[in-house]
Amino acid sequence: MFSPYKFKIENLNAWFGSKHVLKNISMKIKEKAVTAVIGPSGCGKTTFIRCLNRMHEIVPGAKVSGKVFFNGIDIYNEDVDPVQIRRKMGMVFQKPNPFPMMSIYDNVAAGLKLNGIGDKEKLNSVVERSLKLAILWDEVKDDLNKSGASLSGGQQQRLCIARALAVEPEVMLMDEPCSALDPIATAKIETLIRMLAEDYTVVIVTHNMQQAARVSDFTAFLYFGELIEFGPTKEIFENPKSELTEKYITGEFG
Amino acid sequence: MASYKIRKIKDRIMRIFIWLALLMALIPLFSILGEVVLRGASSINVNFLTQPTPTVGEAGGGVANAMQGTLFVVGLASLIGVPIGLMSGIFLSEYSETKLSLAARLFNDVLNGFPSIVIGIFGYTIIVLSIGFSVIAAAFALAIIMIPIVTRTTEEALKLVPATVREAAIALGVPRWKTIVSVVFSGAKKGIATGILLSLARIAGESAPVLVTMGYWRWWFAGLDKPMANLALNIYIFAISPFENWKALAWGSAFVLVALTLGISIIVRIFTRERY
Repeated sequence: MFSPYKFKIENLNAWFGSKHVLKNISMKIKEKAVTAVIGPSGCGKTTFIRCLNRMHEIVPGAKVSGKVFFNGIDIYNEDVDPVQIRRKMGMVFQKPNPFPMMSIYDNVAAGLKLNGIGDKEKLNSVVERSLKLAILWDEVKDDLNKSGASLSGGQQQRLCIARALAVEPEVMLMDEPCSALDPIATAKIETLIRMLAEDYTVVIVTHNMQQAARVSDFTAFLYFGELIEFGPTKEIFENPKSELTEKYITGEFG
Repeated sequence: MASYKIRKIKDRIMRIFIWLALLMALIPLFSILGEVVLRGASSINVNFLTQPTPTVGEAGGGVANAMQGTLFVVGLASLIGVPIGLMSGIFLSEYSETKLSLAARLFNDVLNGFPSIVIGIFGYTIIVLSIGFSVIAAAFALAIIMIPIVTRTTEEALKLVPATVREAAIALGVPRWKTIVSVVFSGAKKGIATGILLSLARIAGESAPVLVTMGYWRWWFAGLDKPMANLALNIYIFAISPFENWKALAWGSAFVLVALTLGISIIVRIFTRERY
């Protein structure tokens, strides 16, 4: 049965210790589209995206309840192996975090190598394809043996995107991927996000509303752990239903 | 202007103090090192490196059996101590949220501060009383000295690897154990190697716990359950002897021990050199 939705989230709650950071979130995330999650600092954006690939639970004291259906399967069902789930979703973090002891090549190949794929030809082609997808190939093709940490911040972030793409995920989860980058590097990543949306489902957390407006098809507005409004980006920005959303996007608070 | 001048003077005085402190730390180090090299190097010759301990009154002789003994006992102690220390360090760093790890860390620190002779006597009670003075007993005691050092330095080195690096690997769908073994470990290998090296240097130079576990032996290796010679103990026994050639052997042993430690140090540095 074909469903245009990659994720169906039902009554998702999340805690850090006794702090209730996500409250009864229910929404559907469309396949091969960009969904942006916006909201003021501390509203639970990052926690939300980390609940989608079961990264929230690796923090001591973190707890989750509710259901997250991915391709129709509840990823919080006890029979589901979180490691298998994470392999299907690439994640890009706020600060570029290439593996410091690895070369550019090894960084991209890491996901495959660490999961036991050693075939040289296969790795070569995956590394090249992933770096090309991340629009980094032309800049690094002669320096593949250099340290990943020797690149600029923007290049490092694209390296991290290439690393995530190398394991052929179905989803890209991006947690404020541009917050540590300058405007030119940001523009490159935004172009990249639009390109990725043709083949992947992208969920991006951002505190930059212009960015959400530029790159996303759908926008979710979170406020103190609650989903205030969710819909097509155009509607959210041009004709918000909630007064709170309007105040936030017009910059009255944040 | 006046306050700037005062600040400059203060700066100069503090600098002088810092230099003096450094000098005071270096003087004993270099005077010991110099003395050991000067006196020790002159007793190094073919006999010294190939012959076992001479008998009383016998001219010449060497410390080859003691070098063999130190290598054997340090090697065996590392075989026991390094894996246990590494695994304890991983436990403390990567699973540190449990109550058990809090207690383990505390006792590890206590163990680190234990007088080595006490650990030696522990080895004596546990092993020597049943099988006698032996390489095994000494290796057991030295491993106990080693474990808290390796544990602590491994834990510290692993904690220096940023959490974001661990998260990156876990988000790629790498299982936690593999994340630790291949990503976190490679980021910490320099610190871990340094810790192991430190502990090797420490146990290679231990004499008290060796005396009460391995006993004294003037000949070559006779079996892991038998006593054996040892460089650190050689220094003690030869140095207090009345014979000139034995005293020379003591200096020579000291020189070999220092050279060994330095050698391990340099090798580890080369192997853990930053690739980038």
